[in-house]
Amino acid sequence: MNHVVTFLADGSDWINFDVGALRDQFWNDTIEGLSQGSIYALVALGYTLVYGVLRLINFAHSEVFIFGVFGAYFTFFGLGFRPGPTPELGAGELILYLALALIVAMLVSGATAVVVERVAYRPLRRRGAPPLVFLITAIGASFVLQQILFIWRGGNQERAIRLMRPQEVFTIFGASVTNLQIIIVLASIVLMLIANTFINRTRLGRGVRAVAQDPDTATLMGVNKERVIMLTFLIGGLLAGAAALFYLMKAPTGASYQGGFLLGIKAFTAAVLGGIGNLRGALLGGLILGIVENYGQSVFGGGWRDIVAFVLLVVVLMFRPTGILGESLGKARV
Amino acid sequence: MNAHHTASPPAKVSGMQTMRDKWNSLSRVQQWAVLIPLVVLIYLLPVLNPPLLTTEPNYNFPIAMFDVARYALIAIGLNVVVGQAGLLDLGYVGFFAVGAYVAALFTSPDSMLHKLPYLAVLPLAVVVTMFFGVILGAPTLRLRGDYLAIVTLGFGEMVRLLADQVPALRGNSGFQTVGHPPGTRADGTALFNQTDGKPWYWLAVTLVIGVLLLVGNLERSRVGRAWVAIREDEAVAEIMGVPTFKYKIWAFVIGAAIGGLSGALYAGQIGFVNNQKFDVTTSVLFLAAVVLGGSGNKVGVMLGAFVIAYLPLRFSGIAEYKYLIFGLALIVLMLFRPQGLLGARQRLLAKGREAYQRLLGRPEQISSDSSLVAEPGKEAGA
Repeated sequence: MNHVVTFLADGSDWINFDVGALRDQFWNDTIEGLSQGSIYALVALGYTLVYGVLRLINFAHSEVFIFGVFGAYFTFFGLGFRPGPTPELGAGELILYLALALIVAMLVSGATAVVVERVAYRPLRRRGAPPLVFLITAIGASFVLQQILFIWRGGNQERAIRLMRPQEVFTIFGASVTNLQIIIVLASIVLMLIANTFINRTRLGRGVRAVAQDPDTATLMGVNKERVIMLTFLIGGLLAGAAALFYLMKAPTGASYQGGFLLGIKAFTAAVLGGIGNLRGALLGGLILGIVENYGQSVFGGGWRDIVAFVLLVVVLMFRPTGILGESLGKARV
Repeated sequence: MNAHHTASPPAKVSGMQTMRDKWNSLSRVQQWAVLIPLVVLIYLLPVLNPPLLTTEPNYNFPIAMFDVARYALIAIGLNVVVGQAGLLDLGYVGFFAVGAYVAALFTSPDSMLHKLPYLAVLPLAVVVTMFFGVILGAPTLRLRGDYLAIVTLGFGEMVRLLADQVPALRGNSGFQTVGHPPGTRADGTALFNQTDGKPWYWLAVTLVIGVLLLVGNLERSRVGRAWVAIREDEAVAEIMGVPTFKYKIWAFVIGAAIGGLSGALYAGQIGFVNNQKFDVTTSVLFLAAVVLGGSGNKVGVMLGAFVIAYLPLRFSGIAEYKYLIFGLALIVLMLFRPQGLLGARQRLLAKGREAYQRLLGRPEQISSDSSLVAEPGKEAGA
C-alpha cells in the first residue's frame, strides 16, 4: 500500500488543491469562462436542436464546427492576412473583415450540416433505421469529415492568424475585461436571441417545435417534416459557424483537423448540463461549463481543465440526466 | 410470407442462414474435422507466408499477422459489450490503455514499481481492467444508449489525459523495454523480441482461441441469454425478471478484461508504451471492426478485425486514407447492410419463433434480428 502512495506521489505537484488561487483568480476566471462558455453554448444549440427534433446525437456536429473554423481561417488568408504579427487595422476595416469571415464560416458550417443530413441521415430515415444505426452513421460521418480536412491540409496545426489583439476595456473587481471577450459574449447572445426568436415566434419555428413535439401529428397538420429537419440542421450549422470564428479569434493556436472533437464533446456536455433539447438550457449549460472549467483549472492546475469538464458530464448524467432546465424542445412553452 | 412456415425470416439472411444451418447440423466430430486443420493452418500462416496474402516487402508479415490477431482479440472483447449486450462503448481504447499501462508499470525498468514476470502481468492486467470496468460501468450503465456512448467516449479520453497528467505514467516519454515472455533462442537472444512476430502471433492466436471458448460458453449460458434479452428490449427484459443492471455490468467487465489483455499483449510486442496510441480515433477503429464484421457474431467481428488491421498493411497505397475509407464504409454499410458483413447469430430468437409457431400455427411476429436491423414502420426519429 505504501508502495502505491509513493508511486502516486512521484513528481509531487501534478495535482494541486489550491483554493487560494481560485479566490485570487475568481473574477478573471468568471469573465474568461463566460466568453469561452458562449462558444460552447453556440455549438451546444446545434446538438440540442437536432436532438429535440430527431432524438439523435449528431456526432458529426463537432466536424461541422471545425469546417467553419477552416472557413474563417481561409477567409482571413484570402483577404491577404498571414500568420505572424497582428496587423494594425482601423475599427471599420476590422469590423468589415470579421463580418465577412463570420458570414463565410456560417455558410460553410451550415452547408456542411445540411450535406451531412442529406447524405447520411435522410436515407436512414427513409428506411426507418433504429437509433444505434444512426449513431454509428454519425460516427462514420464525423470520421469522414475529419479525414477530408486531414487529407487536404495534413496533420499539422495551421499557424494562427490574428486580426486583433485583446485590449483591456474596463475592469471588474480588479479583473480586466478585453474587447475580444466583449465582442464574443455580445455577438453570441445576439445570435442566440435571434435563434430563440426564430424558433418561438416565426411560422417556420412553430413547425420545428411541432415536429419536436409529435412528428406524426405535425405531418398530418401539414408541416413538411423533411424541410423542418433540414432547417434544424441548417440553424445548428450556422450557429456552429459563428462559434467557429470566435474560437479562431480566441484560441492560442490555429485550426487543426482534430480540433473539433474536444470542443464538440464539451458543447455536448453543455447541452446535457442545461437540459438537452432545451434552447435556454444550452445557453445556461454553456456558460456554466465555461466558468466551472476555469475554476477547476485554478484549483487543480493547468492540465486538469478538460478532465474537470468530463467529470462534470458524468456527474450531471448520474444525478440529473434531464439537466438543469429539463429536457425537450417539444415541451418548450408555445 | 403466409405459406412459408420457416423458422428464419425470409430473404436477406437466407444465404448466411443456410451456411449456418448446415454447419450446425454437422456432428461434433465432423465439426472438429474441419476446425482442427483450419486452426493448424492459421497457426502456420506466418511460416507459410503465402504469396498473395503476404504484406511483404512493405510490412513484416508475421508482425502484420500479430496485429490482425490482436485486433481480433479486441473485436471479440468489444463484441461482448456492443454486439451481445447492445451497449455502445466508444471508450474501449481506455481499457486497452489500462492493460498496456499495467504491463508497462510492472515490467519496464522505467517504472519504480516492483517488477513482475510478464506472464504474471497478463492476468494482473485483466484484473485491473475488470476493476476499471466496474468503476466506469457502475455510474454510467443506468444511462440511455446514446448518453452511454458519449460518457464512454469521455472515459477513453480521460484515461489518455491522465496519462499526460500523472507523472508516474510518464506522459509522452513513456516506458521503454516493456517485458516479454521468457524463453531464449539457440543463439541466446530472447524468444519474444520486437523483430520476430511469429512467437507473438502464436501467443496471440492461443489467447484468441482461449477467449473464444470462454466467451462462447458465456453466450450459451444464462448470462448470454440475459445479454441478448437486454439488447433486444431492456424494459421487457427487466419485466421478465432479468436483473439488467447486473448483467450490463458483467458485459462491461468481461469486455474490459479482454481489452486489458490485448493491451498488455500489445505493450509486450511493441516494447514501448506512451500516451500517443490511445486516442478516440483508435477507439472508433475498434468499433468499426465490430460493426463492419457483424456485431453479435464472433466469426463476423474477427472478419471485421481482419479487414481493419490487414487491408491497410497489405495495400499500403490505401494506408494513408484508411480512416476515410473505414468511415465511408461505416456509412454505406449502415445504409445497405446494417447487420454487418456477417449478421448476428440468433439462436435464441430462432428458438422463440419456433415456439411461437408451434403455439399459434403461424409464423413469427417477433421482429428485429438484432438491434441494428430496421423494424418496418418504426422510425428512429419518431
